Amino acid sequence: MTWENYYMPSSIEEALSLLDKHQGEARLIAGGTDLMVQHKSEPIEAKALIDIGGIPDLKKIHEENGRVYVGAAATHSQVVSSPLLKEKGRVLVDAAKAVGALQIRNVGTIAGNVVTAQPAADTAIALVALDACVHIQSGSEKLEKPVLDTFLGPGKSSINPSKELITAFSYPTPTSLERTGFIRFARRDSLALPLVNLGFWLILKEDQKTVKEIRIAVGPMSTVPFRARETEASMKDVQISEEELEKAGLVIAEEVTPRDSFRGSADFKKYLIGVALKRAIKVVLDGKGVDWDD
Amino acid sequence: MTNSSKKRGLLTISFKLNQEDYTMEINSDERLLDLIRNRLGLIGTKESCGGGECGACTIIMNGLAVNSCIIPAARADGAEIITIEGLSKGMEDELHPLQKSFLEKGAVQCGYCTPGMLLSAKAFLDQNSGREVSREDIKEAISGNICRCTGYQKIVEAIYSYALERKGNN
Ligand SMILES: Cc1cc2nc3c(=O)[nH]c(=O)nc-3n(C[C@H](O)[C@H](O)[C@H](O)COP(=O)(O)OP(=O)(O)OC[C@H]3O[C@@H](n4cnc5c(N)ncnc54)[C@H](O)[C@@H]3O)c2cc1C
Ligand code: FES
Ligand code: FES
Repeated sequence: MTWENYYMPSSIEEALSLLDKHQGEARLIAGGTDLMVQHKSEPIEAKALIDIGGIPDLKKIHEENGRVYVGAAATHSQVVSSPLLKEKGRVLVDAAKAVGALQIRNVGTIAGNVVTAQPAADTAIALVALDACVHIQSGSEKLEKPVLDTFLGPGKSSINPSKELITAFSYPTPTSLERTGFIRFARRDSLALPLVNLGFWLILKEDQKTVKEIRIAVGPMSTVPFRARETEASMKDVQISEEELEKAGLVIAEEVTPRDSFRGSADFKKYLIGVALKRAIKVVLDGKGVDWDD
Repeated sequence: MTNSSKKRGLLTISFKLNQEDYTMEINSDERLLDLIRNRLGLIGTKESCGGGECGACTIIMNGLAVNSCIIPAARADGAEIITIEGLSKGMEDELHPLQKSFLEKGAVQCGYCTPGMLLSAKAFLDQNSGREVSREDIKEAISGNICRCTGYQKIVEAIYSYALERKGNN
């Protein structure tokens, strides 16, 4: 026996007051796909679990005042089937599609993915590419921070799930010149963690061919989800073509520092991330005014 | 709703399972799989990996296929659950037509993965009742269910042929 109580609050206020009441001795649980698995090998030290999976306000996906909001407890399946995100959050939809298998996507949530803080967590990578803002509530305090700032190390988040509740993620509604995309390479399509994954956001110049600004998030290339800032800088003002993407692929392969693991060697991952960058951008831009050599 | 403890670690939950209402006292850290197998004696739901990776423990909860080995039993409160024992409930035949299709196509060997496969297939077909489904859709829908025996082909055929037949009946 570990936790002695299990709560299923139906509102954010109720969840916050339960956290408050337990003074740091309770723990949030959303889908439980990470927590329950972890509990088997390393029992969770908490007097109570607070299950936030049934709070409607935490599952909403909507647009408001020029921003897209994705509720913290939105499941991967909900993200995949959201018409709003299909149109305005492709990187997140494609990342959510890649998670586990249907049974995992039906319960696993995006906030859980972020707080678990694995360096190649799929939806976390997408949220980094979107430079999403994390909305957090703790007691009566509300705070916001860039999602990238929450990752402190492998499995280490700045969010304390015994005190702080993520309520949503948000990012500016994309304009007609913005594009996003996601790609991952893994041993199998389902139930395999990625060998490498990559999410990008970019804004084109009026000519629809030239990069005005780009953000590239990759994993597992460091102890946390990694922003390839050198590669981003190298692509600024570049007119996208097969040749330029080839060059960018070489830059990113140099920039990242993956480790050898049973999934693949560091060199192989470096090579793959270059291919990933090229392919991800190509898939999204193809047929949209860009000339390809092949 | 909020569960408040009476005795240490004990909770009372109510749920619907295979169309019957249950109210039970459970341990706050019990797994849904253990509640189903050990306390209700419904051993058609299997355990293999115990960590969400194989789908042997798949059940349908509020219309969605989920792995009962990583779901806290407490979460069943207020839920509607279908296990393999409830698949053909209310039907004239002992077997659901999907089960018959598995038999006809030879989609069962040792049978360990079969309950989970059937429930993943059922949840998927229910969600796509108005739509034509492809073999690719079916493969995606059962990709969280591992089978060590059949090589999957016959399972996909069994589900596909039932999907066609069902469409014909509509
Ligand atoms: C078989 C299997 C396959 C998987 N495959 C993938 C994969 O391909 N890609 C991938 O990225 N991940 C994968 N995962 C990992 C996992 O499913 C995801 O990380 C999932 O998004 C976790 O969400 P959850 O709601 O289940 O988290 P939980 O287990 O409920 O919680 C995880 C952590 O987040 C905290 N938490 C949850 N919600 C909040 C909140 N709103 N505010 C503050 N803290 C919170 C919890 O306290 C806990 O510390 C897999 C897991 C399994 C079991
Ligand atoms: S026993 Fe639950 S997924 Fe394997
Ligand atoms: S029939 Fe034996 S595991 Fe599928």
